[in-house]
Amino acid sequence: MDIEAKVKQIIMDKLGVEESQIVPEANFIEDLRADSLDTVELVMAFEDEFGIQIQDEDQEKLRTVGQSIDYLKKRLAE
Amino acid sequence: MMKEVTMKFDFSGKNVVVTGSARGIGFAIAGAYAACQATTFVLDLNQEQVNQAVEKLCNQGYKAFGYVANVTDPSSLESTFKDIIEKHQSIDVLINNAGITKDNLLLRMKSEEWQSVLSVNLNGTHFCTQQVCKYMLKQRSGVILNIASVIGMMGNAGQANYAASKGGIIAYTKACAKEFASRGIRVNAIAPGFIETEMTSRLPQEVVDNYAKAIPLARMGKPIDIANLCLFLTDEISSYITGQTIAVDGGLTMY
Repeated sequence: MDIEAKVKQIIMDKLGVEESQIVPEANFIEDLRADSLDTVELVMAFEDEFGIQIQDEDQEKLRTVGQSIDYLKKRLAE
Repeated sequence: MMKEVTMKFDFSGKNVVVTGSARGIGFAIAGAYAACQATTFVLDLNQEQVNQAVEKLCNQGYKAFGYVANVTDPSSLESTFKDIIEKHQSIDVLINNAGITKDNLLLRMKSEEWQSVLSVNLNGTHFCTQQVCKYMLKQRSGVILNIASVIGMMGNAGQANYAASKGGIIAYTKACAKEFASRGIRVNAIAPGFIETEMTSRLPQEVVDNYAKAIPLARMGKPIDIANLCLFLTDEISSYITGQTIAVDGGLTMY
């Protein structure tokens, strides 16, 4: 499974949303009805799945599906 | 008497972790859960004491496992809880019971006496909660119970460090209850009054007599009195109670 598919799967599992809602511009809090604890749990799930540490200052930048996928692709390419 | 009460609760299939449970109130709590069919995890500092506690429980036919863990050391806790999850899949109940006293009048209190009591009692409660809540959030269920003290509500001369740590636990309990409520995780605190344990046996008789005079029920409590409330507060029958501190103190504190 590629990074994008894994990220989408995690978002579906964590937020209980349909795959069709997970578009790049979808904002976790505004569009996918996540609360602040959900966003932290999402980041922790990304960390577990991809075996990386995501610093607090980076977490704040991961507000949308697209931002998360781009960030993870960049981190995993390092 | 203990059996009469505890038998009414059924914790079979539940994994219950009790910190500081090789002796004292913690051991009574661990014993009560074990008697209610829980899989009980005894966490404490000393290997020999942990082994003895687990052996006592297993000899009664209960399911118990021991871990040597230091609540002031997050990395030791991380590996302990990870191991429990790997072998037993869930942590359903966490009882933050580990606690110490180092009494001294404020003027004479050494920095080490202040730091170590805050470190074990308050930091320890936080570190264990932080590790376990990761799993409970994923499970979307769990109950956390913090053992505070009436001293954290009313203060006590010579126990500024202990009072601060236990008062901190009461406030911490409320913050956690609010943070985790939406995920089905409840957090409550119990404030024991004067309970017959090794910790209170070190108190001078004069102090004990004076306290007994202030207790409406005119006697000290027993560890099982605390354990019984633990069972109630972590059973589903108390599913509408969160963020509360309940005193088990013979009526010592009434506001």
